[in-house]
Amino acid sequence: MASTFYNEILTDHNIHPTHKYVMEDATFSLEGVNPSCGDDIVLYIKTNQDNIIENASFHGDGCAISQASADMMCDLIIGKNKDEALRLSEIFLRMIKGSISEEEKDELEEAGILEDIHHMPARVKCAVLGWHTMDEIFKDAAEGKIDRYDGKFEKE
Amino acid sequence: MNTISEEARKAEDQKIKADFPILDGSFTYLDNAATTQKPNCVLDAVHHYYEALNANPMRGLYDLSIKATEAYEEARETVRDFIHAASTEEIIFTRNATESLNLIAYSYARTFLKEGDEILITVMEHHSNMLPWQQAAKATGAKLVYIEPEKDGTITEDMFRSYMSEHVKLVAMTQVSNVLGCKNDIKTFARIAHEYGAVFVCDGAQSVPHIAVDVQDLDVDFLAFSGHKIYAPMGIGVLYGKRDLLDKMPPFLFGGEMIEYVTREGATWNELPHKFEAGTVNDGGAVGLSAAIKYVKAIGFERIEEREFHLTELMMTEMQKLPYVHILGSSDPHNHHGIVTFTIDGVHPHDVAAIFDEHHVDIRAGHHCAQPLMKFCGTPSTTRASIGMYNTEEDVMNFIEALKQIRGEMGY
Repeated sequence: MASTFYNEILTDHNIHPTHKYVMEDATFSLEGVNPSCGDDIVLYIKTNQDNIIENASFHGDGCAISQASADMMCDLIIGKNKDEALRLSEIFLRMIKGSISEEEKDELEEAGILEDIHHMPARVKCAVLGWHTMDEIFKDAAEGKIDRYDGKFEKE
Repeated sequence: MNTISEEARKAEDQKIKADFPILDGSFTYLDNAATTQKPNCVLDAVHHYYEALNANPMRGLYDLSIKATEAYEEARETVRDFIHAASTEEIIFTRNATESLNLIAYSYARTFLKEGDEILITVMEHHSNMLPWQQAAKATGAKLVYIEPEKDGTITEDMFRSYMSEHVKLVAMTQVSNVLGCKNDIKTFARIAHEYGAVFVCDGAQSVPHIAVDVQDLDVDFLAFSGHKIYAPMGIGVLYGKRDLLDKMPPFLFGGEMIEYVTREGATWNELPHKFEAGTVNDGGAVGLSAAIKYVKAIGFERIEEREFHLTELMMTEMQKLPYVHILGSSDPHNHHGIVTFTIDGVHPHDVAAIFDEHHVDIRAGHHCAQPLMKFCGTPSTTRASIGMYNTEEDVMNFIEALKQIRGEMGY
């Protein structure tokens, strides 16, 4: 059998995601789309008055990498505050681009398994979709700006 | 079609594959609808052109430029003969089928169409035979109308007729769908279009490399195809147009070699086909295309069609044994022309393609530049395997073996 990138952690998050559902009481929801490959998710984030992420979920269609990456991200950011989530996202995006330290990779927990994506340029967009969408929510959507992925923006 | 003995097929397989140096056995190439590999004779012809013949054709009065011009015009004659055009004046070299179709949309449609006219295309068109018409419709006020085929891609004569009226001024249709693999009855549809006074544009990108195409027999007004899908280099394509139409069309691009006289105020245009070939041409590409066409003709479409059908049938028969694999379009391999597009339950096409890549099988995943068709088929993206004349039973079985492992590797 050929060696595969699709290890058990990745396939398990894809087939049995923990956080894949429509959240009815989200503070923010934003659609993120990769038009060229058809990955299309809506990310839901519920925050409290201290900017702590009380809950995060996603819903939509896409390849295993986009779905598993979003699920692992939700795992990671629930319970963190906004700034901490953005800091982890910055580490994740840097991991996909090239190199990060082992300590930084540990901070990403399971999402660290996606490090090899930087050898797979065609799949970078898939891996970063959920993370970019979270960035959009906190950086742009929270300020009322329109989403640059042409997604819908609903502030509830 | 002649079927041949197992032994003769194996000998033929080996002989053809040996002509393609990139096919060294380290991978299985089944993305021929996207682009094809090049045989030695094409590589040699391009090399020879730049080694021995290169000068700017049609300009210089010296020996080398005359040789370069002769090589270019010889290539044009090869193309004319290949598609049975009446005259080399009707053969225009472009970059690819996309440029050929844009040329018609800019030069013909935008000049002669007006508000209230209709442009008729189909839902199965590649974006390159859709977007130029969308833009031409916007620019002229004409209405773009889509033929909705049956689920398997079939367009019947009655269906086609139901879309026709005196308002339809131009029909553009692919001969073979790059997703469904089905073949449209171009000859019948062109005849009906002409009854209503419409011109008929045929996209031959997926048909010309696989079946014999005779523009006079089909009686199409325009035919577009790409060299790189028929074993020639990238960057050379063809537009065939009937002379009376090309004559009355204005140039598409302006510049060198497409002019007769130029003054400060204006210019008169060169004769056909040069009127549509502004700037320095792709002579090396044309020479490569000529060599590719000669190679294809030497094998012959009877053998090519038989080989490709045999492999399509083997591929589909094996795929149909797997309940989680779903083939788009007809279940009959006769309606596929080497193109088999499919989905796998629970596995996204990009993951499918990535796992095929791990098995060194090259196939295509995505929307295949046919997003409205994907919508029509009810799926955002799919995976496509497509056969070329050098593919073998072994290639198909490598593909099938990898296909069988995909769901397992994805944790099912």
